[in-house]
Amino acid sequence: MTAIQKKPDNAIAHLSPADIEELGRSLDAIREQVIGARGADDASYIRKVIDVQRSLELGSRAVLLFSLFPPAWLAGTAGLSIAKILENMEIGHNVMHGQWDWMRDPKIHSTTWEWDNATPSDMWKHSHNELHHAYTNVLGKDNDLGYGIMRVDEDQKWSPFYLGQPVYNFLNMLLFQYGIAAYDLEIGKYLKGRKDKPAFKRQVRGVLGKIKKQVTRDYLVHPLLSGPSALTTLGANVTANLVRNIWTHSVIMCGHFPEGVETFTKTSIDGETRGEWYLRQMLGAANISGGPALHMMTGNLSYQIEHHLFPDLPSNRYAEIAPQVEALFDTYGLNYVTGSFPKQLLSAWHKVFRLALPNDVMTQAAATVTELPDIAGRKAA
Amino acid sequence: MTTAAPVRRTLRSRVAQLAELVATPLVPNDYVDLLDPLRNGSDLRARIVAVLPETRDAATLVLRPGRGWRGHVPGQYVRIGVDIDGVRQWRAYSVTASTATTVSITVKAIPDGVVSNHLVRTATPGIVVQLDQAAGGFVLPAARPGKALFVTAGSGITPVMGMLRASLAELTDVVWVHSAPTADDVIFAAEIRALPGVRLVEKHTDSDGMLSTDELLALVPDLAEREAWACGPAGMLDALEGWWPNDLLHTERFRPSVLVTGEGGTVSFARSGVSVQVEGATPLLDAGEAAGVLMPSGCRMGICFGCVLPLREGAVRDLRTGDITTAAVGDGVLIQTCVSAAAGPCDLDV
Repeated sequence: MTAIQKKPDNAIAHLSPADIEELGRSLDAIREQVIGARGADDASYIRKVIDVQRSLELGSRAVLLFSLFPPAWLAGTAGLSIAKILENMEIGHNVMHGQWDWMRDPKIHSTTWEWDNATPSDMWKHSHNELHHAYTNVLGKDNDLGYGIMRVDEDQKWSPFYLGQPVYNFLNMLLFQYGIAAYDLEIGKYLKGRKDKPAFKRQVRGVLGKIKKQVTRDYLVHPLLSGPSALTTLGANVTANLVRNIWTHSVIMCGHFPEGVETFTKTSIDGETRGEWYLRQMLGAANISGGPALHMMTGNLSYQIEHHLFPDLPSNRYAEIAPQVEALFDTYGLNYVTGSFPKQLLSAWHKVFRLALPNDVMTQAAATVTELPDIAGRKAA
Repeated sequence: MTTAAPVRRTLRSRVAQLAELVATPLVPNDYVDLLDPLRNGSDLRARIVAVLPETRDAATLVLRPGRGWRGHVPGQYVRIGVDIDGVRQWRAYSVTASTATTVSITVKAIPDGVVSNHLVRTATPGIVVQLDQAAGGFVLPAARPGKALFVTAGSGITPVMGMLRASLAELTDVVWVHSAPTADDVIFAAEIRALPGVRLVEKHTDSDGMLSTDELLALVPDLAEREAWACGPAGMLDALEGWWPNDLLHTERFRPSVLVTGEGGTVSFARSGVSVQVEGATPLLDAGEAAGVLMPSGCRMGICFGCVLPLREGAVRDLRTGDITTAAVGDGVLIQTCVSAAAGPCDLDV
């Protein structure tokens, strides 16, 4: 990527501070329009999704009680995988963003929700909502840029450790929910002595407690209830958790790593205005194009750009505002990064491989490290 | 035989434990709610079985509570939570009637009343609403009074109707002074005019003017000898409480305090025991932190919802939109403290 401020063809050089604030007002207007229209249909949408997810999970687990029969195994595993994906993405992620807090239903609220994931909701909300969403794609501030184990930007310093990053990424994909938990624990920060020890221990207990419950349910109780089908049910549950890990990891890679997504220097967000914050979100995320089923299964993170602009608007509304958001990109001469799922996934993986090597190995990368006045300098001028 | 009960209990708790293991991170109820939202053990809810018009702007809703309902004493109220435009709104209404399987509340639509208008004009049988157990001390004592007086106005008639429907036969000497704008506005008019043994005085305030304390005394000369129950607008109750000659008056208020939705106000952080005066432009999060309250916080820009707290009572203004959110006692409306400022006195649960 290279921080936008350092690129020879800085994608925002043509925008004046007044343009940026005007852009911010247009986005505020879109936000207001959705908040004004939010109502009973939205509420019944999320309740419906939750009902369907729970019914699908119960039904699939019931079918898996007879998983010795291959058709039951297949149907049950597929159903459970879908249910687990819906639970984490369209429901858990979005509820914990506060997208449904306006309903004032304590059962569907960011402060009360707990999800089927190794990381406890309060830890995830801190690292995801407070850090990643506030500091999106700011080098040195947003740890989602490579999760601390990978180099996904030319401006991240190379070391031989990164030679292995295609392997790290592959393993992280297979074990994604544990990867997230380890990431939310900020183990690196703890090892460097920059994290409070009792707090860290408390968090570790929280994570282990959740893992224990999940393992007991998926790998012990449910198989035992299946009697003669115990082993096949165990296999089904391992598969469903694996499918969810791979799927969510892939979707999330597509959110910020494909080519065309911009990164930002640490100093560029000093004194950032509302308009500039919006602009950074517009350029710091990538969408996935596709049909309604794809959007549902990604938890509408296929509308990553709209999600980053308005993280607390109900997910079912992103599709509706996407054309308006894209029109604003056109008006202001900005690049709306989107593409099919295979294209975006390939692009993200390509970057993981490319940046495993130092910048100067790749000739095209060498051209992009030219220093140019950054956004703050431009404003001053 | 003596061990049968404990064994059954143990088996039951084992099954419950197993269900919890399977349901994690949810609880078993979350799944069973899919099938039977009114069963015993779930959160208390009720299904509306009938909506019966009473006057042009009042209706009685007959509710069938879930099996966790513990019953009520006539005169008490229930809080019901209704989803209106997707938002859960809680209000309290007096119980006006009951059968073995139902309780009825009677609602008067007040101007701009979101919930009351919805219940009177839009609600239909079949809808499930949230319900809280009956509460309130506005009831007849177990030792029924020899002489009773009821002073009501408007929808203030409702708790008294509940009492008299259930217990009139146990009362010997009843005077009831009821005010309403016109004869047509009197809820339960035909029924109360026919109540045996009750001396009913109707005041139609559009033509007769408001009831004064002097007038009340003239209507009920032996007022001081009667145990009295009054329910109606705050102004009427304030006047009666300030004037009543003895301590035999019981009052019931649905709106304990009028919300001042001006700029700023006194903010109480209830559990922290701190109370501060806050300007209308200061986020409650900042105010709490400045006062040394341990406030949960996050991004401080309205995104992360890390700072959400229950507003126990009061009014706040969303600093981004200017929208006012209000809460009455028991609502516990969850608000984002980083983008909310006081718009009147506020009581936060922290």
